[in-house]
Amino acid sequence: MTTTLPPVKAFSTRSRLARLIPSSRYTSVLVTLVLLVAMFAVGASRYRGFASGQVVMNLFIDNAFLIVLAVGMTFVILTGGIDLSVGAVVALSTMITATLLRDGWNPLAVIVVVLLATSTLGLLVGLVIHYFDIQPFIATLAAMFLARGLCYVISLDSISITDPFFVGLAQTRIPLADRLSITPTVIIAVAVVVIAFIVLHFTRTGRTVYAIGDGGASAHLMGLPVVRTKVLVYVISGFCSGVAGILFSLYTLSGYSLTAVGMELEAIAAVVIGGTLLTGGYGFVLGSLLGVLVLGSIQTIISFDGTLSSWWTKIVIGGLLLLFIILQRILTARRH
Amino acid sequence: MSETSPAPVVEMRDISISFPGVKALDSVSFRMFPGEVHSLMGENGAGKSTLIKALTGVYPIDSGTIMLAGEPLSVNGPAQAQDAGISTVYQEVNLLSNLSVAENIMLGREPRRFGLIDWAATRRRAAEVLAGLNLDIDPASPLSSHSLAVQQLVAIARAIDIRAKVLILDEPTSSLDADEVAELFRVIRRLKDDGVAILFVSHFLDQVYEIADRLTVLRNGALVGEYRTEEILRIELVHKMIGKDIELLERLETRSKSLDSTDSAGSAPYLTAHEIGRKGSIEPTSLTIQQGEVVGLAGLLGSGRTELARLLTGADRAETGTLTVAGSQRRFRSPRAALKRRIAYSSEDRKREGIVDDLTVRDNIVLALQSDRGWFRPIPKRRRDELATSYISALGIRPADPDALVRNLSGGNQQKVLLARWLAVAPRLLILDEPTRGIDVGAKAEIQRLVANLAEEGMSVVFISAELEEVLRLSHRIAVMRDRRKVADFVNEDVTVGEIMTLIASGSEDDTDAVATTVGAGA
Repeated sequence: MTTTLPPVKAFSTRSRLARLIPSSRYTSVLVTLVLLVAMFAVGASRYRGFASGQVVMNLFIDNAFLIVLAVGMTFVILTGGIDLSVGAVVALSTMITATLLRDGWNPLAVIVVVLLATSTLGLLVGLVIHYFDIQPFIATLAAMFLARGLCYVISLDSISITDPFFVGLAQTRIPLADRLSITPTVIIAVAVVVIAFIVLHFTRTGRTVYAIGDGGASAHLMGLPVVRTKVLVYVISGFCSGVAGILFSLYTLSGYSLTAVGMELEAIAAVVIGGTLLTGGYGFVLGSLLGVLVLGSIQTIISFDGTLSSWWTKIVIGGLLLLFIILQRILTARRH
Repeated sequence: MSETSPAPVVEMRDISISFPGVKALDSVSFRMFPGEVHSLMGENGAGKSTLIKALTGVYPIDSGTIMLAGEPLSVNGPAQAQDAGISTVYQEVNLLSNLSVAENIMLGREPRRFGLIDWAATRRRAAEVLAGLNLDIDPASPLSSHSLAVQQLVAIARAIDIRAKVLILDEPTSSLDADEVAELFRVIRRLKDDGVAILFVSHFLDQVYEIADRLTVLRNGALVGEYRTEEILRIELVHKMIGKDIELLERLETRSKSLDSTDSAGSAPYLTAHEIGRKGSIEPTSLTIQQGEVVGLAGLLGSGRTELARLLTGADRAETGTLTVAGSQRRFRSPRAALKRRIAYSSEDRKREGIVDDLTVRDNIVLALQSDRGWFRPIPKRRRDELATSYISALGIRPADPDALVRNLSGGNQQKVLLARWLAVAPRLLILDEPTRGIDVGAKAEIQRLVANLAEEGMSVVFISAELEEVLRLSHRIAVMRDRRKVADFVNEDVTVGEIMTLIASGSEDDTDAVATTVGAGA
């Protein structure tokens, strides 16, 4: 062994150098980062008051729920799956929250019930996908209709939240340095991102998520817990939808059946723009965070401009998505 | 390591496994001793992979018992087999191309600190295992940045790190070069000294004879026997794998059809391949095919016979050498390009690269012709019907119904449909890879007769088959392949199956030359 050790040391310095040069693994995330910075530069040069810290903070405040949603979606997409139910589950969460609070439940109990319900739904979806070998697209589509339908069963009308704990939490501003402030929802969203990052990069379960994304057959032959992990990502996505739902009800202070329509597509768009490959195996949760911020920046720019129709948001998102999917294709082709 | 001393670490008794319509393993027994290299031998379809997958828990067994170190083993899936101490490196690299080398080695067993993966320790341990294999690569580099050979070694590194009692290497050397094989053998010997039982499956007889202590031969899902490597001659081994007695084979020699080799000798070569080769597939090889000549390619599976055919037809691109077709030099980028030069290739993999299950007999027959014409010039319906009916009657395809779905036809009739497809494009060179495998005797004879007739009409044919009698009966000239090279090329006059077998089995260059001269080699 001693005779073979020197070459091992020799390449470790070489690799440190190599790591400084971005490999294709990080390229698409870097592109997203550059895009985000460029958008801010454009915004700052064109609109007065754009280049302020609070604009950045507001990005987080206005998109806290979407960040959490995108984190859950990242787990699912990394395995090569997709979860179309998350928007409807967010709506269902707001309905459950608003209804139970109106009925005088303890707010903490309400949060527990919502998270349990959405995680259970995720578990059911995961089990159906695995045991009946159903396309995630169809299984989560069914869950989407189910969740949306349950919203209408609860109530057709918007229910406002008047619970003092929730209202107090929604109005809380946490001051940061230099007259900046954030909401508690931002802290929750950032915490979710940090936990997801640790799980994905520093636990065996997280690494198995990536392993499954490479096809699943190899992971199975390597003796990894493929089934357990595959089901787990839908539980995680369900749980994140629940958290996002609670954050959304804090943001709107109401529960409404028709809310968050199409939000699942925004989450998917954020994940893809953040550099995660739709076929699975490649991507980072921090990229998804950047993806959400890019989507948020588009809206901010449009609202600063004031003359543009808000539909331009959709047009720009569509164009970006196309661009990023083509970029991924090129990077994947280069990798092989 | 005498027969009596240690107890076997693996003992499989009377294992049977059936798949719908096939008995993949029929009451096969198999054992392995600690500290030995055991080779599992047999041709394609003999049941080697099935036996391995039974041992590793991928396939459930229908009957029989598996004992591991004296304890009954019941594994359900590779994870449990791994926990029980059976580690496997599969033929196709089964690793994760999206993760780093270190992760591929350590995944599922990463050292942890406070419940989180300790990446520094993970990379260090991976580097140690790689150093043990003398592999100087960065453990943090992505797996996909390395060659297939390195990836194969990484798979072996993973298997070694599991510290298994039993290490299964299924064709581990098929993508390695000579130095890498030597390195692998060094590691195998070290593991063997540590008492690991190693199951080594390879189509390379030289390698088997170099490394294996004991051999188990399977044929058609049944056990032929277990032998000590030093006690069985190569030629005997090949007989046992192919399943014919040498005397019986030599008696079969009287060829049914007398081949007139002078007929083709005068004509110009239709195709000349000069030193064509492809890394990891086949060494540079030359081959000449005259017009109206049947050239037989003989050799074991993995000897390079299919690989050569794929280079000739553009199914794989040649990296070296030149190809001359009908007098002008060509470079085929696809089978379609070869088809434009009237070269047709019928793959050995009838199911996956041949017939289209869900189409009718008629559609299957016109497929290649349509592709040749291009999709903007559809073949008129009348012409399609004509083609289908004429080939159905000419080749005796049963049922004689152009609208029958090909999936419902027998193997022999599917093969005839395939033949019809290629004949419809009127090729000047037809390459048939195992056209008679898995079909009944009657259909086999019909296909052989057809090939002979086609050659008489002036078509050149390359005929690839594992059945040597068939190659002998049909070919004007025979090229023998071994270890991805052509080892002999001679006119088929007074050659016996036994002599070809000797060529296929022989171990060194000298042997080959000696035998080739006796056969009358004409390269």
